[in-house]
Amino acid sequence: MKLKQLESMLGDFQQFSNPKVELEQYPTGPHIASRMLYTAETSFGDVSNKVVADFGCGCGTLGAAAALLGAEQVIAIDIDSESLELASENAEDLELDIDFVQSDIRNLEWRGQIVDTVVMNPPFGTRKKGADMDFLRVALKVASQAVYSLHKTSTRDHVKKAALRDLHASSAEVLCELRYDVPQLYKFHKKKEVDIAVDLWRFVPKRNRRNDV
Amino acid sequence: MRLLTHNMLSSNIKGVTNGFPLRIEVEKAIEKQVDFNPDFLKNMFPKIDWKALLDASRTMGYAELPDETPDSSMLDSDEFLRKFHHALLELHLEEGALVCPETGRKFPVNKGIPNMLLHEDEV
Ligand SMILES: C[S@@+](CC[C@H](N)C(=O)[O-])C[C@H]1O[C@@H](n2cnc3c(N)ncnc32)[C@H](O)[C@@H]1O
Repeated sequence: MKLKQLESMLGDFQQFSNPKVELEQYPTGPHIASRMLYTAETSFGDVSNKVVADFGCGCGTLGAAAALLGAEQVIAIDIDSESLELASENAEDLELDIDFVQSDIRNLEWRGQIVDTVVMNPPFGTRKKGADMDFLRVALKVASQAVYSLHKTSTRDHVKKAALRDLHASSAEVLCELRYDVPQLYKFHKKKEVDIAVDLWRFVPKRNRRNDV
Repeated sequence: MRLLTHNMLSSNIKGVTNGFPLRIEVEKAIEKQVDFNPDFLKNMFPKIDWKALLDASRTMGYAELPDETPDSSMLDSDEFLRKFHHALLELHLEEGALVCPETGRKFPVNKGIPNMLLHEDEV
């Protein structure tokens, strides 16, 4: 599938109708979602025939992009039942077979190293400081191959240091810098749209847990 | 929910030491066909907890998997791979519950989505 095609298939997705501020529910747009998964597949082979988990799936864009690019199994997790309902409707519209699980990412206990790749647009931590790093910590435990994630560019040094030092990443690399439109979903945003710089990261977990299945 | 997902979920209640595997209570199970991908299955096989998959598939009404943990020579058998494929990827728990093996706490499954959220005193 071509990048353009992928982007346009994601373009019809319904987005949050009543976004919950405290959960940082802003949609990952089709532009960013398609590039994220397309890069994961074409540059690194981390998607097709793999087990891919989408953390904080929201409207389900990243998980759907993974399924469209040939992931064998996609598991999408969110804490919020309305998000899950929306994401499963979106998946159904494209006839994608995705497994959904309602859970708080911070309490996820998964056995073994079944998941190859985690993709996520975590809450950036503007409401709850460190929320994105909570996601990253769990993602690096669950993934056996790679974690793709978005973090604010302003936190780049911190993310790198924490990932390598505290979160068991063996590598942490910024693939590109993107502009992320956080639409005016929230009253405290004064401008109509807040355009922030975010980094697309690829993390590789340490392999030492690989054989403990 | 596919049984592949079931094969990694465990009860995450505070204090529980042996939360895997979750027992399945079936109200409604469904089947959805997916393409047969032998390479994926061969790659996945060593990561699967066989006993958990076996028990789960029986509970879901599918009795074709062998009792004993198959050794990897079985992976050359197309017949075996097709059964493994069916159990792992095509059986779905649509309505019912997942039950913590230690405490008996039920995690409901509605429209195929297990609700693993914990109450405040369980975190
Ligand atoms: C920035 S949005 C992700 C958007 C999503 N990628 C999409 O395509 O729409 C963050 C998501 O994380 C979820 N979330 C926030 N805190 C969570 C937690 N502790 N556990 C699981 N999900 C959480 C929110 O409900 C929200 O859907």
